[in-house]
Amino acid sequence: MTWQLWLELHLHFCMLSLLAVGGALAIVPEMHRYLVNDLQLMSETAFIQSVTLSQIAPGPNILLVAVMGWNIGLQSAGGFEAGAAAIGFGLFMALGLLTAAVLPSSLLSYFMVKWLQVHQHARSVRAFRAGMVPLVMGLMVSAGWVLQTASNPSMDWRLLLICGLSMVLVLKTRLHLLWLMLGGAVLGALLGL
Amino acid sequence: MESLNIPNLPRSRTDLFLSFSWLGLQGFGGVLAVVQRELVDRKQWMSLAEFAKEWALAQTLPGPNVVNLSVMFGGKHFGPSGAFAALSGLLFFPGLLMLAIVFTFQAFADVPLVASALHGMGVAAAGMVMAAGWRFMPTLRQHPIGFPLALGFAALSFVLAALAHWPLAHVIALVGSVSCGLTWWRLVPKDAS
Repeated sequence: MTWQLWLELHLHFCMLSLLAVGGALAIVPEMHRYLVNDLQLMSETAFIQSVTLSQIAPGPNILLVAVMGWNIGLQSAGGFEAGAAAIGFGLFMALGLLTAAVLPSSLLSYFMVKWLQVHQHARSVRAFRAGMVPLVMGLMVSAGWVLQTASNPSMDWRLLLICGLSMVLVLKTRLHLLWLMLGGAVLGALLGL
Repeated sequence: MESLNIPNLPRSRTDLFLSFSWLGLQGFGGVLAVVQRELVDRKQWMSLAEFAKEWALAQTLPGPNVVNLSVMFGGKHFGPSGAFAALSGLLFFPGLLMLAIVFTFQAFADVPLVASALHGMGVAAAGMVMAAGWRFMPTLRQHPIGFPLALGFAALSFVLAALAHWPLAHVIALVGSVSCGLTWWRLVPKDAS
């Protein structure tokens, strides 16, 4: 990886940090577009892994950026076969991209909180809060869609069914998310999808 | 009345770091419930009303809302280093755990059964994420710009982000600005009454 690319990646994630109204899932479609389609730094499989495994692990969803950094670093340095150097670069990229994704929005929170406390009922702040809701909703559904098409490029109806079932179960029951993931994994493995 | 039960305060930066670590390690999917239980019920660092107010502020700003909340809360008590202690606590141990899960998973990634399981998990996670987006539907129904228009903006951002692969910055610039602008305009009558 050239230092120009390294810098561009980190600056892009700094920008995304400030665009992440609605949290980490709202920027998932953008990360797919940028990292998988445009720069081709990540395979579809690595992308699915990053998003999916971050749902299994506890902690804020933004940690999926660290997993993406890890995958990008590891791959660009030659994968596991390249040994300790590649693993080290993977960890370095994980920490770097996570910092880029978290720092700008955190600084904004730190310095804006007083202003926002005073102005939270101002018309402009209310308009921003309500006005962004349709966008956030569209982006979250997009994130699900992008993840679905990445996991299921041939549009296998059985995988579509698992996706729909999982959505309905989340909305209609209080089943723990880990059971849904386990269910998806077992069904996927049994059916050899 | 509220002044009678003075809330506890975080004792030190270490206290902040460890408390937010514990909080992060419990958060699967729905973080809101965990944050509320830890900060309001167990630690009694803030009252329920205070929590609701802080959470609304954290949600208004870009970035993951738990991350923003940790920065605001840590910063309020111990300044910049407090913000850093809370933020790094929230991300450090969950991040390590996440990398351990990814590491383990990737060691077996070439086994066909594991690849099938990943596809199943990927679509299950996709369903979960779509459901999280779908939960905004009631908010859209009460939107100041009216339900059809709000739903239209949500659909438009889905088409642009998921199907047309527009960069996120462009989607926000177009849909976000029009939606917030219209909301701002529609909020006038309420102010006057």
